[in-house]
Amino acid sequence: MRLSRLIAALSLATAIARPGVAQTVQINGAGATFPYPIYSKWFSEYNKLHPEVQINYQSIGSGGGIRQLMNRTVFFGATDGPMTKDQLLAAPGGILHFPTVLGAVVPVYNIPGVDAELKFTGRVLADIFMGKVSKWNDPEIAKLNPGQKLPGSDITVVHRSDGSGTTYIFADYLGKVSPEWKKTVGIATSVNWPTGVGGKGNEGVAGLVKQTPGSVGYVELIYALQNKIDFGSVQNMGGEFVRASLDSVTKAAAATKGKMPADFRVSITNAPGAGVYPVSSFTWLLFSESPKDKRAARTMTDFMRWALHDGQKYCADLGYAPLPEEVVTMEMEALKKIRF
Amino acid sequence: MSRSRRRRVVSALFAGACAASVLLALLPLAFILFYLLKRGVGALEWSFLFHNPKPVGEVGGGFANAIVGTLILIGLAGTFAVPVGVISGLYVAEYRGSRFASAVRFAADALNGVPSIVVGIFAYSIAVLPVRRFSAIAGGFALGVMMIPIIARTTEELVRLVPESFRDGALALGATRAKAAWSVVLPAALPGILTGILVALARIAGETAPLLFTAFGNRFFSTRLDQPIAALTVQIYTYAVSPYEDWHRQAWAGAFLLVVIVLVLSVIARLATRRLERMHG
Amino acid sequence: MVESHRLKISVRRSRSDRRRPKPRSDDAFFRVATGAVAAVIILLAAAIAFELVAHSRLSIEKFGFRFWTGKVWDPVSGEFGAFPFVWGTLYSSFLALLVASPVAIGIAVFISELAPGVLRRPLTFLTELLAAIPSIVYGLWGVFVLVPLVRRLETGMPESLRKLSLFSGPPVGVGMLAAAAILAIMVIPFSSAVAREVLRAVPASQREAAYALGATRFEAIRAVLYHGRTGVVGALLLGLGRALGETMAVTMVIGNNPRAALSLFAPQHTMAAVIANEFTEAADQLYLDALVEIGLVLFVVTLAVNALSRLLIWSLERRLRAIPAAAEPAAASTVEAA
Repeated sequence: MRLSRLIAALSLATAIARPGVAQTVQINGAGATFPYPIYSKWFSEYNKLHPEVQINYQSIGSGGGIRQLMNRTVFFGATDGPMTKDQLLAAPGGILHFPTVLGAVVPVYNIPGVDAELKFTGRVLADIFMGKVSKWNDPEIAKLNPGQKLPGSDITVVHRSDGSGTTYIFADYLGKVSPEWKKTVGIATSVNWPTGVGGKGNEGVAGLVKQTPGSVGYVELIYALQNKIDFGSVQNMGGEFVRASLDSVTKAAAATKGKMPADFRVSITNAPGAGVYPVSSFTWLLFSESPKDKRAARTMTDFMRWALHDGQKYCADLGYAPLPEEVVTMEMEALKKIRF
Repeated sequence: MSRSRRRRVVSALFAGACAASVLLALLPLAFILFYLLKRGVGALEWSFLFHNPKPVGEVGGGFANAIVGTLILIGLAGTFAVPVGVISGLYVAEYRGSRFASAVRFAADALNGVPSIVVGIFAYSIAVLPVRRFSAIAGGFALGVMMIPIIARTTEELVRLVPESFRDGALALGATRAKAAWSVVLPAALPGILTGILVALARIAGETAPLLFTAFGNRFFSTRLDQPIAALTVQIYTYAVSPYEDWHRQAWAGAFLLVVIVLVLSVIARLATRRLERMHG
Repeated sequence: MVESHRLKISVRRSRSDRRRPKPRSDDAFFRVATGAVAAVIILLAAAIAFELVAHSRLSIEKFGFRFWTGKVWDPVSGEFGAFPFVWGTLYSSFLALLVASPVAIGIAVFISELAPGVLRRPLTFLTELLAAIPSIVYGLWGVFVLVPLVRRLETGMPESLRKLSLFSGPPVGVGMLAAAAILAIMVIPFSSAVAREVLRAVPASQREAAYALGATRFEAIRAVLYHGRTGVVGALLLGLGRALGETMAVTMVIGNNPRAALSLFAPQHTMAAVIANEFTEAADQLYLDALVEIGLVLFVVTLAVNALSRLLIWSLERRLRAIPAAAEPAAASTVEAA
């Protein structure tokens, strides 16, 4: 009895001591490393606009984002591979997907003596990452890149050691162009790699590729750009070799026009159309439909409204493509589904 | 004659091999310290110490959140582990020979050998899952679990170092055994126990693995105990495996700072042990 | 749990009180109170074991012993075989010990038997410094200094040698060799500190007897080492216990690839490293339980190795104590503090 009165008095005292300043809300999220650069930019900018809101995001990989959201140890998750039906069924309560930006997964390489942009087909990439093509001067690669002086050194495959949406996008694409990939390696956030070295996060893979001559890996575009790692163009459905860029990813997004499902779980890898970059994807934030922490829920929906509009202007600088108008409208509607 | 010469040559060769192995072990030490100085000191600037991390890929920012985070984490670990460790050590020393004391001693040894990553799993299932939140408290708990056996064992050893005559004197003056242990033996061993605490702090300040799934990390400056918190070690790890030059620079500075903290604690502990040994000789 | 311990204590006390002339009530209280706190340690050790078993049940039931022989770690299809991790842990620790053991013994002998008095203290201090450096710092140094060195060694190796299965695979730098090297560096100070104490504990009469018989320094030291052999083996085992559980430095340089291979150049994986990498993200229960089972076995194995090592050191101590000249019981004490 006396204790509860003491606590009441104390909380009153703190309220008086800090007039006008709303108490800080700390919200924790975890997941994908693919959108980490833009998320950390957003959360930092949003914190400048609303100093009382601290959104702490840990880039532990998409698999981790899903896992920790299902455990309810974080308020929101983030993934680049939409959750599977099984995962959604296993989750406590409904989970909503919200696309935030679009990005591209690019094949990065570090070949001493080769500065030029290499061309890849999906088939060759699948063979490289399955270890079937193991030398840089393999005819399969040389055929696509006439005039390049490719060395006869071994290819070191660098892949993710953690569960990753980047892996999902890459594997999803390779699975669409190579039946063998689909059968032996599979499509998931972590797959059974036949060969290679594992690095943790997009950061880890980029770091390893950068430090390992003769290596090839796959990372989100921004990691290649920021770190000046060479990356190749990939052949799209129409046979064009396209380099990942704001423009070519935006074109991939246009493929969803009028076809976006209500739950936003959609794959746009190997999308049809001219100038489309084939290894493109949306990336999603995951929210619980009826979160326990109402205050955090309100804050996060406010944040989402900001991110879907004002936040989109940070995309270009960081190599992401902004969401199509149509998707933003759908999402503003869907945000109302979060109950608080 | 030649036989004894051969024996002498073998002996000299053996001595040479032993000296060489000392050099072999000290070579990496020199190598590591050299790189820490070369790459760490230069990066140790104002913004590193007093700024928080910038968004990914942007140059600048610092480790302020992680420095404070590590201090909070080891503070929490100490709050939890020091009383348990010291009292258990005292118990085992006072009642050694009893079956329960042996069991405690055995458990402390077992706990001391548990790989830190396993402590991480344990702390996650005890202190994170039930409350559904990563937090500084969970991180402090994980570190505390690692600290307890170290403190308990040093306390035990050092209480045993206190001459029997101290206790006998107290008992002869009519003190109870409890009184003798608490007011005479423990204070006499106190400098040693503080040493043990320092040694334990030095060891856990450098731990990374148990924090990965407990303290979790925080990009903001947070002092809240019920929220995720940054730690020097975890931040060094994420920065080290990243591709950003500027983050590598900061990781070296962080490592330098961490080694300085750990060494200062260890050196103080070492000097104190020396004095203690000389005192009780 | 705490209650039952209390009960046991109080029962035992009343028995011993009968023997004592004057039971003192605050003695009893002191014993029970401190004993209850001490019970926390037992409780923690037991709770760790319990949690590990409880959280790995699914995987234990589903795979049984097959878990330890299975070579495929495939979270997509739910197939979990831990052999690559067990192999990686054992192989890296074995290699590390292979290098570290002679060096550690050499250091111990040098410091305790050969070095001039002035050098003894600074050398002890320096080797202890090596033990104090956190593993994350070893990892950082490994990533930026050791791995490039290893890579240069690998690319510089003649083709004829590269054909051996011990050196096959692309020269990546990260891999078994880098991991074993880092582990060796980290283990040396531990083993040598304990070995030094063991040698110190061997009574001087052993050396004097050898010298009296006209032995050279080497022969005398060999006698001392032989006399303290169980303790020395214990010291090396203590190093093994540390190598088995090491996480951060290893995961940063080993390449994290779950494929067992003989090659020193191949990127591999260890038990501790796979937990660090995948624990927060194991998306389904079976996956998580499989990881915890790896943790459970790591726990049991390190426990066994440490217990064996202590048993050896302790048995030596006891034997030495039986010799009247060996009055110094100090063997383990300072080591514990280190």
